[in-house]
Amino acid sequence: MNEVFDIFLLEAVLNGLLLGGLLALLSLGLNLIFGVIDVVWICYAELIMCGMYTVYYLHVQYHWPLVLAMLAAIAVVALLGLILHQFVIRPVLSAEPINQLLVTGGVLFFLQAAATLAFGIEFKNLGVTLPSVRFGEMSFSGARLIAFGIALGGMVGLYLLLTKTYLGTAIRAISQDRAIMPLMGVNPARIFALTSALGGALAGLAACLLVLQYDIHPAIGLSFGPITFLICVLGGLGNMLGGFVAAFIFAQFIAVGGFFFALEWGYVIAFAFFIAVMFWRPRGIFGK
Amino acid sequence: MNYPLHLAILVLLWGYIYTSWSLMGRLGLVSFGHGAFMGIGAYTVVMLWNHFGLTPWLGALAALVFTAVVAVIIGYPCFRFRIVGHYFALVTLALSEVTRLVIVALRDQTGGSLGATPNGALHGDTVALGALQFAAKEVWLVIVFACWLGGLWVWRLVDRSMGRLALQAISEEEEAAASIGIHVTRAKLRITIISALMTCVGGILYAQYQLYVNPDTVSGIAISLQMVFGVIAGGMFVMLGPTVGAAFTLLLAEGLRLAFGNRYPALDTTIYGVMLVLFIIYMPKGILGAALDAFKRRPA
Repeated sequence: MNEVFDIFLLEAVLNGLLLGGLLALLSLGLNLIFGVIDVVWICYAELIMCGMYTVYYLHVQYHWPLVLAMLAAIAVVALLGLILHQFVIRPVLSAEPINQLLVTGGVLFFLQAAATLAFGIEFKNLGVTLPSVRFGEMSFSGARLIAFGIALGGMVGLYLLLTKTYLGTAIRAISQDRAIMPLMGVNPARIFALTSALGGALAGLAACLLVLQYDIHPAIGLSFGPITFLICVLGGLGNMLGGFVAAFIFAQFIAVGGFFFALEWGYVIAFAFFIAVMFWRPRGIFGK
Repeated sequence: MNYPLHLAILVLLWGYIYTSWSLMGRLGLVSFGHGAFMGIGAYTVVMLWNHFGLTPWLGALAALVFTAVVAVIIGYPCFRFRIVGHYFALVTLALSEVTRLVIVALRDQTGGSLGATPNGALHGDTVALGALQFAAKEVWLVIVFACWLGGLWVWRLVDRSMGRLALQAISEEEEAAASIGIHVTRAKLRITIISALMTCVGGILYAQYQLYVNPDTVSGIAISLQMVFGVIAGGMFVMLGPTVGAAFTLLLAEGLRLAFGNRYPALDTTIYGVMLVLFIIYMPKGILGAALDAFKRRPA
C-alpha cells in the first residue's frame, strides 16, 4: 500500500518537473521584456492564446502540416509583439511606470474579447493525441515530454543568442544601463523593437507547446497568465535565471499540492507561498 | 420602469466600489486585489446565512472584520518592506486569485464555479429586513444611493485630511516623505483598510441585490481589472470620476447589447479594451478629468 502511494507521489513530482519546464519557458519571454524595456506585459498570456488559435486554424481549417503551422504561429506572435511595442508601449514609455502595466491590461481585455467575437467561446482542440510514455508503473503524457524538451531547447537557444551574438550583447547591455548605451552607438528604439519581437516569438513557442496539451478558448490566458507573472516576480522581475528556478518551485507546489488535495488547493498553496516569499524577499528570491 | 431602475442601481453600486478603489489608486497604490475584498464580503455573508442562518447584518460585521484582517496581513508586510509599483500590483493580484481559487476549491460549501444563491427569505413579502432581502428595486436604489453618498463623503474626508497630503508625498517620493517624519507604513495601511472595508460593503450589497454570487463575478483577477479600468476611464483624480467611469462602461455595454442583441456577445469588451488603451495613451486623466480640464481652459 505504502509503495503504491510513493510511486504516485513520484509521478506527481516528475509531472511537476515537466510542468516546470513549460512554466519556465512562459516566464522567459516576460522576463526578457521586463529586463530590457522595464515593462510588464499583462497581456502576455493573451499573445500566447493568439498563437494557439493560429496553430489551430492553420492546421485544422487550412490543413497546413503541424510543424509549418507552428512556425507560422511563432512568426505571427513575434509580429504581434512588435506591433504591441510600437503602437501601445512606445507612446507611454515616458509616462508613469504603472501606466505601462495598465495599458497592456487594456490590450488583455481587447484580445480576449476579440477572440470571443472571432472564434466563439467553444473549446477547440487540435485533435492530435501523442502516445503517453510508460515508465514502470508511471505514465507520462508524450505532449508534456516533448514540451519539456523543446522548452529546454528554447531556453538554451535564447541563452546562446544573448551571450554569443552582437544583438544579444546589445540587449544585455541596454538592460544594465539604459542611459549609457545610446552614447555607445546602440539604438535603443531598435533594440526595444527587436526584443519585443523576440519576446513575442517566445510566447509563440510556448503557444505551440501548450496547444498540444490544452484545449483552446478565449479565456485561456487567465488560467496561466497569473501564474506566469507570479513566477517572474518570485524569481525577481527581469531575472531569467531566477524565473527559471521559480518556475520549477511553483510547478512542484501545484503538482504535489494538487496530488495531496484538489487541484485548486495546489494553486492556492503555490500562491500563498508566493505571498509569503514576497515578505521575506520583496524583490524576489534572486532579486537585488 | 424596472430596467432603468436596475441600471441606476448598478451604476451607483459600481460607482461606489470604483470610488473605494480610487481612494488607494489615486495615491499611487494600484491594487489588483480588490476583487478579494469584494469576494470576501459577498461570500462571507451568503455562506453564514445559508449554512448557519446568521442574519446578514451580523454576517456583514464578520465580513468586515475578516476583510480588515486580510487587508492588514497583506498590507502591513507590503508597506513595511516597501513593495511598490509593479510588485505591489502583482502581489495583490495573487491575493485576488487566491480568494477566487479558495472559493472554487471549497465547492462543497460554496457551490464552486456554479455560484450560490442566498436562501430566499421573502416568501411572498416584499421586505425581509432581517435577511437583507428586498423585492422592490426602489428600496435598493435608496440603499445604494446612500452608500454611494457615503463613499463620496469618505473621499472628501480623506481629501481634506493630513493623511492625504502625507500619502501624496509618499507617492511622489517615498524615501523623502519618510525622512520628513511621515510614518509611511501607517499612512498606507490606514487608507488600505478604509478602501478594503468599503469594497467589502460593496460586495455584500452586490450579493444581496443580485441574490446570486459567483467566484468569477465577485472575485479574481477579472473583476479586479474591471475596477481598475472603470476608474481609469472615468478619471481617478476627481471625486465623481469613478462614478462617471461606472456609468460609461455600464451604458456602453448595455447600449451595444440593445443595439445588436446578443449576436456579438463580447463586442462591448472589445471596444472597451481599445478605448482603454487610447485613454491611457491620450487621456490619462479619464473622461471627467479631461472634461474638467477643457472646461477650465476655455474661460481663460
